[in-house]
Amino acid sequence: MSPTWDELAEGASAPPRTVGPLTRTDFVRYQGASGDMNPVHHDEPFARAAGYEAPLGVGMFHAGVLATWATDWLGPENVRAFKVRWKEAVWPGDVLRFSGKVVRRYEQAGERRVDLELACTREGGGVAVQGWATFVVV
Amino acid sequence: MAKETAVGAEGVPFELEVERGKIRELARATLSSHPAYMKDERPVSPPTFLTTMFFWEEHTPGSNPWHRVELDPKRGMHAEQEYVFFGPPPRAGTRLVGRSRIESVTHKEGRRGGRLTFAVMVTEFRDATTGALVAEARMTGVETERPPQEGETR
Repeated sequence: MSPTWDELAEGASAPPRTVGPLTRTDFVRYQGASGDMNPVHHDEPFARAAGYEAPLGVGMFHAGVLATWATDWLGPENVRAFKVRWKEAVWPGDVLRFSGKVVRRYEQAGERRVDLELACTREGGGVAVQGWATFVVV
Repeated sequence: MAKETAVGAEGVPFELEVERGKIRELARATLSSHPAYMKDERPVSPPTFLTTMFFWEEHTPGSNPWHRVELDPKRGMHAEQEYVFFGPPPRAGTRLVGRSRIESVTHKEGRRGGRLTFAVMVTEFRDATTGALVAEARMTGVETERPPQEGETR
């Protein structure tokens, strides 16, 4: 059950989700699903030649997990907007924390809506992805 | 160096069919086990599902105008991505027609010096049957003036 309008006051949140340590398999599974086969995310010699010590995390993978955190909370059918900005690279072995909260609750065109601020943070590091989302509340 | 002349460049329309198996695959790859994705006969697609448009674009020559920007692959990266839905996200079985255009190429001074160039491509998705606008994807790429240094972030 998705939360009700009354439960979604400004500041309302859901428990954060922790994912990891990330594996190369997480990256490869996402790359196969999305169709982005850039070798820098799975081919160790290629990543080293590009100046990295390990395959670089796939930005759209953890952005997608951030979307999952939000839709698990407020319902996949209710999302109306989702936006991410990448801030910091992610690596195999990283533990990521996904969280967010309601920053605005309003009515628009006869629909009840909430705007969220979201974050994917690296344990022992900084914010990897900032996110924003809009959901209708039914 | 990103090309400002690319602004306004438009790709030819391409078809994208929203498929149940692909929804499951992407939901699983983004660590969701929500029953709305896994159990519904006609599930809605996850918020970032339209990233799979590349599977469809590559079969429609001329549909992706992004190369017209000529972002240097060694100094370019994905900076932002946005999806807007004009109703519930498209469900399995929906046939969409996508059309991409280069919206803007802009410049900004980076915090550690060096000019940053941002390029934005917008893709509109319409229902192939009704023509109704279903979703819009907005991809922002950034190019730095010089390759990023060790441990440097934007």
